[in-house]
Amino acid sequence: MASKFLLVAQREYLTRVRKKAFVVLTLLVPFIIAGFGVLIGKLASSDESTEIVDVRDTSGLGVATRLTQMSTPQLQFLPVTGSLAEAKHNFQKDKHAGLLYLPEGLDVQDPKGVQFFGKGNISLSKEDRVKKALTDAFAELKMQKSGLTQTQLDQLRAKVPLSSVSLDEAGKEKGSNSGVTTGIASALAILIYFFIFLYGVQIMRGVGEEKSSRVMEVMLSAVKPFDLMMGKIVGIAAVGLTQFLLWGLLSWGATAVVVPLVMQDEVTKAKTEVAATSPSANAGSATVADQAAVSAEQMNPAKRANVISGAFEKASQLNIPIWTIVFGFIVYFLGGYLLYGALFGAVGAAVDDQTDTQQFMFPITMPLILSYVLGFSVILRNPDGPVAFWMSMIPFTSPVAMVIRLPFGVPTWQLALSIALLVVGFVGTVWVAARIYRVGILMYGKKVTYRELSKWMFYKG
Amino acid sequence: MPHSTAAPILEVRNVRKQYAAHTALDGVSLAVPEQSIFGLLGPNGAGKTSLIRIITQITGADAGEVFFRGEKLNPSHIADIGYLPEERGLYKKMKVGEQLIYLAQLRGLSRADAVQRIKKWLDRFDIKAWAEKNVEDLSKGMQQKVQFVATVLHEPKLIILDEPFSGFDPINANLIKDEILRLKQEGAAIIFSTHRMESVEEMCDSIALINRSRKVLDGPVTAIRNQFKNNTYEVEGQGKLMVVHPDFEVIEQRERENDHFYARIQLHAGTTPNDLLRYLIGRVEVQAFREQVPSINEIFIRRVRETMPETLHETANALL
Repeated sequence: MASKFLLVAQREYLTRVRKKAFVVLTLLVPFIIAGFGVLIGKLASSDESTEIVDVRDTSGLGVATRLTQMSTPQLQFLPVTGSLAEAKHNFQKDKHAGLLYLPEGLDVQDPKGVQFFGKGNISLSKEDRVKKALTDAFAELKMQKSGLTQTQLDQLRAKVPLSSVSLDEAGKEKGSNSGVTTGIASALAILIYFFIFLYGVQIMRGVGEEKSSRVMEVMLSAVKPFDLMMGKIVGIAAVGLTQFLLWGLLSWGATAVVVPLVMQDEVTKAKTEVAATSPSANAGSATVADQAAVSAEQMNPAKRANVISGAFEKASQLNIPIWTIVFGFIVYFLGGYLLYGALFGAVGAAVDDQTDTQQFMFPITMPLILSYVLGFSVILRNPDGPVAFWMSMIPFTSPVAMVIRLPFGVPTWQLALSIALLVVGFVGTVWVAARIYRVGILMYGKKVTYRELSKWMFYKG
Repeated sequence: MPHSTAAPILEVRNVRKQYAAHTALDGVSLAVPEQSIFGLLGPNGAGKTSLIRIITQITGADAGEVFFRGEKLNPSHIADIGYLPEERGLYKKMKVGEQLIYLAQLRGLSRADAVQRIKKWLDRFDIKAWAEKNVEDLSKGMQQKVQFVATVLHEPKLIILDEPFSGFDPINANLIKDEILRLKQEGAAIIFSTHRMESVEEMCDSIALINRSRKVLDGPVTAIRNQFKNNTYEVEGQGKLMVVHPDFEVIEQRERENDHFYARIQLHAGTTPNDLLRYLIGRVEVQAFREQVPSINEIFIRRVRETMPETLHETANALL
């Protein structure tokens, strides 16, 4: 009876939502998320902070001047004077990233003996950037020697902004942003993975409690086992959705309040730092401060709503099938949860003791973990490859695998086939789980083996 | 007998139930009369719980049929049946009141009705103060009372109590007994299922005895007793007892100190207890004289000895 199923679902929902643990967790997690937001923001801003390299140029070739002109927002060159020992001491004292030393009598044609001193280990990317600037500087020197004027050189120095464009099947051009695509794919997969795990285990525990408290027999004399199982699965799903929704709203709120406060600090700090460290404040450093100010401006709560709807617009301008993702996410989210939820319920029903669940948990969670691990290592890199294809077809792995593929665009026939297989898999799993459940819930004091479970499939009502 | 003429509330016809290698019920038939107390008796493992699970529609029979008031048993009857399983259990983390409402709603009662009746019952059992407590905070006996309330709250026409008095202290057991008698008075039929036959035999109107998946015997208690009593009388008194009479046969005689005696005497057909009394009065001082009525337990063992002698030993062990 549908009304009984609803009563069961309602009870499962209400008893869980009223628990203290639920309330605490619901309130706490958004602040943790906001905390992460701040942390990530700080890390990102520190990564973008300007690195200053001192240049002690004794070559008399004017390399230092050229390098200063080549400063970028990330890397600035600062000419210094004095002896090498002094310069070595000073750059460490000033907490600069390194010191470039150009010895006397350096030959433009064969510049040997240039040295770069850094603190600790010098990272490859840092060395590369310095090397690149140096190469360019010497190239200019050579060109000037061969007769080019400074104006001509300035004209030669071109900045080319690169924007990636991907072509769709119709040959229409669309902007492509692999960063955004990967981000969406990962976020969706993580969401599904954790939802299934967190709430699947709750289903298992709930069945276990009903069994160990012996309330099962009373329940079964009033409710069909299938209604009892599905009521629990749906009720717990509603708990999960409520929790995710609240987390979403609260972390949005928390981030909107907390992050701008912290970021505002960062911006002022960055501005003063840049101004202080480079007295000859060039165009580059001013841009850094401005950009930071703009991004902080966007954190303003009043503008957040626009950002979200803007993200949708942006996504549709980029080559991201936004509606397919929304549709697919709902299908795989629900399908995956129901499929695994039924299995978790069956495990809870099959064993007497929570500690016995391990042997059955492993084969259930393996495909889920596998799809998660392979999803991030293989599918994300090659979303159209054979691993991606097969894993997005198998119902046990498709919920995670397919949502990873979705933002990259999936052929419609593959999506249709995958969903059809998921539905078949779901119906089959629920059928098997319901049979195990029906027999298991009234079975006590029996050590359950796989052989035993397979027999349960064929027990008559 | 009055019950046998009226249509039964529950009729079980030729029910069979097989579990893997074990036959739990082998062609069991029985009828539970309306407004009566029915004892479903037999040792542990006889098949009582299997039969109850079929009646409560937890499982289905492999063969045979069950009728509730003449209608083939179906899910609509769930609202008419109340069931107290042998393994008692409630949701531990749920409040008493909420739990009772939930269980009543599952059996078709509206929320408002449930609230009304719960008040009445909690008052009657003196556990009103506990309505807002979690079940796990209650004592075992208190939980049992709550579970009994849950069983009868939806006013079922058929109440099935598996091992009804186990877990109750004597005071609460009497309280429950009184409630059961009142429920019967109000029109309900009650099935007691137990292996402790002596605990229910004085309350039962009719019984069915089950052993090793088969029904051994059923019918009204008085009729069964009459069927199994063999005209034997117990006599206690003072004097030298010497019975020499063709109509009376002494089965057992024990002498005690101070000329006291105890004897069991069987009457031959056509003789009445008064004939025996008259014979005795002239010879000894009679202090006690009563008909020896076999207990259900004794009848059961005798019946098993007659019908399935090969299982007697195990059956007797199971009864202990």
